[in-house]
Amino acid sequence: MHMSDGLLNAPVSVVFLVIAAVGVGFALVKARADLDDRTAPMAGLVATFIFAVQMINFPILPGASGHLLGGALAAILVGPYVGALCVTIVLVVQALLFADGGLTALGANVTNMALIGTAAGFLVAVALRKVAERGKGGLAAVAFTSAFVNTLVAATGFVVEYAIGGVGGVEIGKVALLMWGLHALIGIGEGLITAVTVTSVAAIRPDLVHLLKGSRKPLEVRS
Amino acid sequence: MKKFFIGFAVVSLLIAGVLSYFASGDPDGLDKTVEDTGIAEHAQEHPLSDTVFADYAVGGDDAFTGLAGILGVVVVLALSFGLFWFLRKRTNV
Repeated sequence: MHMSDGLLNAPVSVVFLVIAAVGVGFALVKARADLDDRTAPMAGLVATFIFAVQMINFPILPGASGHLLGGALAAILVGPYVGALCVTIVLVVQALLFADGGLTALGANVTNMALIGTAAGFLVAVALRKVAERGKGGLAAVAFTSAFVNTLVAATGFVVEYAIGGVGGVEIGKVALLMWGLHALIGIGEGLITAVTVTSVAAIRPDLVHLLKGSRKPLEVRS
Repeated sequence: MKKFFIGFAVVSLLIAGVLSYFASGDPDGLDKTVEDTGIAEHAQEHPLSDTVFADYAVGGDDAFTGLAGILGVVVVLALSFGLFWFLRKRTNV
């Protein structure tokens, strides 16, 4: 879902660069509270895993594919602020090292995939936390649902950006229909990958699943 | 604890280094949308498209996608681990 440069006009690209910078700055400030000697390495590995899995485009229709975005996955495992930073790092490395995703488009790409997708996925996960605490099936269902919503919200981000400042004058309804239709399918893949990943981590190290924090014995508080 | 982290890193290396060869080459949902609507005609060439690892290849050769993937894993791990380790609450000091 990495857009190239040139799809949005320059002023709107700049506006989203500013929005992304403010959002990432906010996440940087808020992330501290969720990072300690145990969760910091975990967060690094979550970012790394998202980068790796994003390389794997899976087929959804003849002639079309999709890949993980990872916002909900990251938010469930390491919290929304650290999660947003994980996806941001991935997008920056992809744009600068692999020429994947435009440079002036980076603000819009970060806004869609790292900020609003992650936030939406996390809000769904928190709303369904009681279900997630019921066991493996519940956690899988919550991970799937939040990842599916994450994908659709991120896709909607592009629709909104194109409506505000898209180049080419294509009717927005056409763009929206294609984006939502394709991403409803991609969201199923996102949901499955997220469910498998989150339940695998929970099976080995439930203490490293941010969403489940507090559902077990309280963590030791060090002064 | 260490075992889990090493395992997680190895899984990422295998996905980026090996599984990446089996990824679909078809356009993703956004690319498909902009191609089918003609918006893609306005897409600009990436300013870094001539750099050595552009498009997850090495010097334009897709045979090295796995190598590019492994490099990406190492770079993302170093950057993210560095950032998160720097940002963490230092409770043990």
